[in-house]
Amino acid sequence: MKYKLKVNGQTRTLEAPEDMPLLWALRDGLDLKGTKFGCGIAQCGACTVLIDGEARRSCITPVSSVGKASITTIEGLSRDGSHPLQRAWEEVDVPQCGYCQAGQIMSAAALLAKTPNPTDEDIDDAMAGNICRCATYLRIRRAIHRAAGLNKTTASATTGSGK
Amino acid sequence: MSTELSRRTFLRATAIAGGGVLLSSFWEPLEAATKKPAAAPVLNAFIRIQPDGIVAIASKNPEIGQGVKTMLPMLIADELDVDWKQVRIEQVDFDPKLYENQWSGGSQAVPNNWLPMRRVGAAGRAMLVAAAAKTWKVPESELSTSKGKVLHKKTGRSVSYGQLAATAATVTPPDLATVKLKEPSEFTIIGTPIPGVDNRSIVTGKPLFGIDITVPGMKYATYLKCPVYGGKVKSANLEQIRKMPGVRKAFVVEGSTTSNEFGSGVAIVADSFWHALSARKALQVTWDEGETAKQGTAVFDARAAALFKEPPQRSIRKDGDAKAALAKAAKVVTAEYSYPFLSHAQLEPQNCTAHFADGKITFWAPTQTPEDGRELVAKVMGLKEDDITIHIIRSGGGFGRRLKNDYMAEAGWIAREAGVPVKLVWTREDDFAHDFYRPGGYHSFTAGLDASGKLLAFRNHFVSFGTEKDFAPSAAISDQEFPARFVPDLAIEASVMPLGVPTGALRAPRSNALCFAFQSFLDEVAHAAGKDPLAFRRALLAVTPLPPSAVPPTRKPSPPPTPFDAARMNGVLDLVAEKSGWGKQLPRGTGMGVAFYFSHRGHFAEVAQVTVSKKGELTIDKVWVAGDIGSVIINPSNAENQAQGAVLDGISEALGQEMTFENGRAVQANFNAYPMMRINQSIPVEIHFRKTEFPPTGLGEPALPPAIPAVTNAIFAATGKRIRSLPLSKHDLSWS
Repeated sequence: MKYKLKVNGQTRTLEAPEDMPLLWALRDGLDLKGTKFGCGIAQCGACTVLIDGEARRSCITPVSSVGKASITTIEGLSRDGSHPLQRAWEEVDVPQCGYCQAGQIMSAAALLAKTPNPTDEDIDDAMAGNICRCATYLRIRRAIHRAAGLNKTTASATTGSGK
Repeated sequence: MSTELSRRTFLRATAIAGGGVLLSSFWEPLEAATKKPAAAPVLNAFIRIQPDGIVAIASKNPEIGQGVKTMLPMLIADELDVDWKQVRIEQVDFDPKLYENQWSGGSQAVPNNWLPMRRVGAAGRAMLVAAAAKTWKVPESELSTSKGKVLHKKTGRSVSYGQLAATAATVTPPDLATVKLKEPSEFTIIGTPIPGVDNRSIVTGKPLFGIDITVPGMKYATYLKCPVYGGKVKSANLEQIRKMPGVRKAFVVEGSTTSNEFGSGVAIVADSFWHALSARKALQVTWDEGETAKQGTAVFDARAAALFKEPPQRSIRKDGDAKAALAKAAKVVTAEYSYPFLSHAQLEPQNCTAHFADGKITFWAPTQTPEDGRELVAKVMGLKEDDITIHIIRSGGGFGRRLKNDYMAEAGWIAREAGVPVKLVWTREDDFAHDFYRPGGYHSFTAGLDASGKLLAFRNHFVSFGTEKDFAPSAAISDQEFPARFVPDLAIEASVMPLGVPTGALRAPRSNALCFAFQSFLDEVAHAAGKDPLAFRRALLAVTPLPPSAVPPTRKPSPPPTPFDAARMNGVLDLVAEKSGWGKQLPRGTGMGVAFYFSHRGHFAEVAQVTVSKKGELTIDKVWVAGDIGSVIINPSNAENQAQGAVLDGISEALGQEMTFENGRAVQANFNAYPMMRINQSIPVEIHFRKTEFPPTGLGEPALPPAIPAVTNAIFAATGKRIRSLPLSKHDLSWS
């Protein structure tokens, strides 16, 4: 089957079996390797992408089910790594092996979009689907809080409205 | 100290195109220098200085998340005296002709490289200084360096390394053995927090890991092995599989009869990984399951119970007469402990890309041990080692799993059969089914106390796995397992049962299990003696130790092992007592536990505080860690990250992880049956380092072992319930 996907603001076409998970369509079909394979059953969150702004596990999302929805992968979060979460992740020096971190950041992006100033509890709720095998959780939490702060600074600096 | 290069080392500088300099060291094998006429020296390049001042530094070891790709270049850059902002890191390929010790494991990168890498940088600096002296016609003694510049204070002149590079290339390199190193007070990079050099690529999703490799013309492979270890393919519906969409090849692989790193199975090569996986769902294989099909967890448990009733099969250590001393003891404490098999569950599933052409093979391998991988591939594929090229690729976690190279053997074989470059990717289910597991184990302990509560006699009967000759990998016990050497009458004895399930090193191998059993039982003994568990441990450490016996050989080449040092352990015990507020009154249901352990040259003491509700819900409130890994914490940011991660990793294991086996096959197949700690279960972990005069050592592992008994001992303090087996999820912690 031929599919047209809206990925990171661009329309991309690919040939894929209809049951192919979006994960493999992105990685092998569109050469977007940032989204990771970890478990294949939506248990680890390494494959998290945003579909119309919602954090979704691309490993169990058939490519045929995406339709016209807008997909954002880690590659599309910013052009140059300047998204507050990406900056915070670097500043806090979160990664160890780094394999889960794209999925962590995408889950965090969905969280911050809805909850700009999350509490620890909000973070636990939003992030519990993402395993970090190296257990960098303490820094992930710190980085999300930091990004929330950066977000505020950026928003007030650029728009002055805080929105 | 002992961290010397094991070869005679020479340095050479080469001018490079554009006017830069390449500093290379020649390592002449010692045997060649002493026995034979000097062999042609080999080039070992670490530093490249460009005219624009950019300094490219080679990182030679596999990065598995332990931070080595950042740490090793830090050592070179500091002694070279450049600004870290000038530095670019290049991961180099596996090449034993150019580099030594190109492997990652055992927390060995620091002890193996602390002096050698600094010397490489210092030699580079010396050559740049010599070049400036020559240029300005001033004595070298009047020159100093800072942030990539040579300075002449007298005249206020300065020149950048980039400008000096071409001249430096003409300078005779200094002897690496005598090159002057910085005093610790002069370090500008070592001891400062340096973020991981791949962080930008990680947070922007750049292809970085083995699974991200793409090679022109590459196809994708899946490989289904017999679910029973050592089983063989009898037949498979290959004709049907070959007709499925996207499938290019499907074939049986015999595997190796001599290595457990190349099991028999069926390979499917397809246009995409999903095509390969889809075809695999239709695959029907008849297996010859072999002998291991008779094994399983219930069989192991029953055999262990039987072995405890028999005399131990072998003696590991015997001091005095434990039996006689126990007979005379005022109080005798006995208990049995056990712990399960564990899986590594590194998040990036095993994978490897291979390209075979013209009798030679190239690998893109996320491995911890490229040298072992090359040896394995040469053996099972019948290739010459010189015909095997290995690109070292960042691993999405190692934890000891990638010390084994089964995925390399499989990818290599499949690529040769397929005639095209192949990326082999395991499923998560493959990963759980075909691990080299942390072996389970069983301990029967007896301790004898005198009337004053002093530990006088100690006996451990360890039931493990192995053969008459050997323990299974990572299933052994050392003759120096604490409290060995600190109790006058002591016996460590062992019995083994056969094991067909493959085992191997999991982060802090052996220690991750033994520490739980020994430090929990010692806690029991302390309570039986009516002593504070921390004070009881202090008293034990105050005993004049018996001599250690023969030290088992460590991996080659390696500085000699650091011995267990009671004073260093006391130091961290005091520090963790102070930081945790040990001894303070806590309400019922809340308790603190302490444990210490020496592993991988690191001395660690840890305190956990837990709260257990009457219903038995466990909350781990906090863990305090005090560690002694020597005089310098090379990268404090990564050090904290590693130590926190190790503690949480240990607790994650203890909370709910267990691999069980039925009919020779693993029962747990994915993360839904093998719970990993998640963010909502994470715990504040406070890290403190006690700096001592010893050379720095590694930190990937030694913080892990004490975390587990610190928690289980805290559970006892909170509830009076002694945890003698893991995981905790199997225990009812309720109290009234």
